[in-house]
Amino acid sequence: MEIHVVHYLVVSTVMLFCGIYGFFTRKNLLAILISVELMLNATNINFAVFNRYLFPDQLEGHFFSLFGIAVAAAETAVAIAIIINVYRNMKQILTDDITDLNG
Amino acid sequence: MSISLQEIVFYVVAACITVFSVMAVTTGRLLRAATYLLFVLFGTAAIYGILGYTFLGAVQLMVYAGGIVVLYVFSIMLTRSNKDMKYRIGYAKLFSVLASVIVGAGLMLFLIMTNGFALNVIPQGDELPVEKVGMALMGMDKYQFLLPFEAVSVLLLACMIGAILIARKEK
Repeated sequence: MEIHVVHYLVVSTVMLFCGIYGFFTRKNLLAILISVELMLNATNINFAVFNRYLFPDQLEGHFFSLFGIAVAAAETAVAIAIIINVYRNMKQILTDDITDLNG
Repeated sequence: MSISLQEIVFYVVAACITVFSVMAVTTGRLLRAATYLLFVLFGTAAIYGILGYTFLGAVQLMVYAGGIVVLYVFSIMLTRSNKDMKYRIGYAKLFSVLASVIVGAGLMLFLIMTNGFALNVIPQGDELPVEKVGMALMGMDKYQFLLPFEAVSVLLLACMIGAILIARKEK
């Protein structure tokens, strides 16, 4: 039972920065959304870990990550609906090609 | 010094999460990226389990692995973008992204390591009972969460209607 707090935090840091890297380098909208999921997941891990570490008798972080999961699900559903609609109108979902809103 | 089973499980899961999250953002096939994301989400559920939050792990498995990844797979197939990832990123952009990510990760790791909790151990071994979760979700006192629960349910309803409205075929 000797797992330190830092080890959890290192895992979630790696996950967060993988998400940031993918968010910057990917051009497919669905791949960008996958990267966003990685980032959200890392923050959820942090909420749970800090709850367990600082206040093991209370549940604030636990519920924060529970509601974070729900909000992430909602965000993904709406974003995928938008992406499918974009694909239906333009036949592609690469960010380089979707420039109609450029003004 | 003996290594307990919990430690072995944690380190295996941590290695899996690290490897698969790197592969999820570097692979060239979108369907594989979704599969690696699925493995990362499984690993996250395992971490919740190790922390003692088994209810949270179950929610993670059901919502993420059961719902969201299936949604991803279907939309990848619907938009035919599985092999659509063969584009070039300029070296300048790749370099700047890599530099900012590495510098940011280094700074974050430095802050974590030099903070006070570097050697503290997480209290473990006690599983959070589900009835405690249920009592906290269904009350209006301090440290109870009925209002956010209802707000999330309204949010889910609104986004369901919104998603149907957005993705529906226009006549």
